[in-house]
Amino acid sequence: MVSYIWLFLILIGIGFSALTGNLDTINDSILTNGTKALDLMLSILPIIVLWTGIMKIAEVSGLLRKFAKLMEPILSRLFPSVPKDNPALGFIASNIAANMMGLGSAATPFGLKAMSELQKINDKKDTASVAMITFLVLNTAGVTIVPTTVLALRIATGSNNPSEIILPGVIATFCSSIGGLLLDYFIRRRNNK
Amino acid sequence: MNMFSKIVIPAFIVFVIFYGFIKKVNIYDTFLEGAKEGLMISFNIFPSIIAMVFAINIFLDSNFVNAVLGVFTPILNLINIPLEIMPMALLRPISGTATLAIMNDIFIKYGPDSYVGRLASVLQGCTDTTIYVLALYFSSIGVKKIRYSLGVGLFADLVGISVAFIITMLFF
Repeated sequence: MVSYIWLFLILIGIGFSALTGNLDTINDSILTNGTKALDLMLSILPIIVLWTGIMKIAEVSGLLRKFAKLMEPILSRLFPSVPKDNPALGFIASNIAANMMGLGSAATPFGLKAMSELQKINDKKDTASVAMITFLVLNTAGVTIVPTTVLALRIATGSNNPSEIILPGVIATFCSSIGGLLLDYFIRRRNNK
Repeated sequence: MNMFSKIVIPAFIVFVIFYGFIKKVNIYDTFLEGAKEGLMISFNIFPSIIAMVFAINIFLDSNFVNAVLGVFTPILNLINIPLEIMPMALLRPISGTATLAIMNDIFIKYGPDSYVGRLASVLQGCTDTTIYVLALYFSSIGVKKIRYSLGVGLFADLVGISVAFIITMLFF
């Protein structure tokens, strides 16, 4: 599926530029793209390494399990296929918590760890499990309560009331998550029949 | 609110490390062990980041999005939706950095307290970059068949974006 998206983006991009006589830009883009990817990688790599290190301490000390236990009533309903004492639930809980506080870059390492724990209990290693999909729906809907980057930019451009967008934002993100989870739930139920 | 977001990360780190110390965990060695795992994760996702940045930038640089939107200008004017916001709504599931750049342009041009500025703020905050997240997370564990996840993810985006349009109109 990712192959289709990839092909679509590249074909449309190059095809449309060729049609509009804009191939110079595309040549530039292809040549400088690698640097952009490396920049992105360099900016997230230290954060991933640092946070997986910190979170290892939380995991070994039992803190992660405690936190997951707190969220268990909700998580066990969303992820019925994951055993209750599985560390994946702890990472899922941390990922959601970090996303809520607008710490997107801190959330990514938790999400990656959650996925690798879910992969351990996945029967078909090349196919997404039901739990993975539910987790990613939650993750991509991005339950954000404090959108840090948006607030920072609003302050930087001189807003009179930077935080006025928080409440409408929370309502929108909440609807998005509920919508995604509902559709996910119906597909799961239909597949089970 | 600004104060809150500043204190969250340092407080969290102190709490985790101190808790580990009290529970007699060898905190330094444990950190190194986890950091090594993080390095492996980073290596695993690097090829997919290269691949995605490559494709997304070709797509954006071709100006295809703006050309397609030009067709819809009369309709958008009719229902009073500012044209500047449309590339942002379309690109939101594909690239977070692209929409952030568009939002910044809107803030500078119209001000963050304008209707478009507020709408852009809500849009940026209400959903995450679905395609990027899916590609990153699935490739990190080698899953190839992603089943219905893209459909559901994009549906959630659509709901979020539609609600953002309506709610901004109602609120301001």
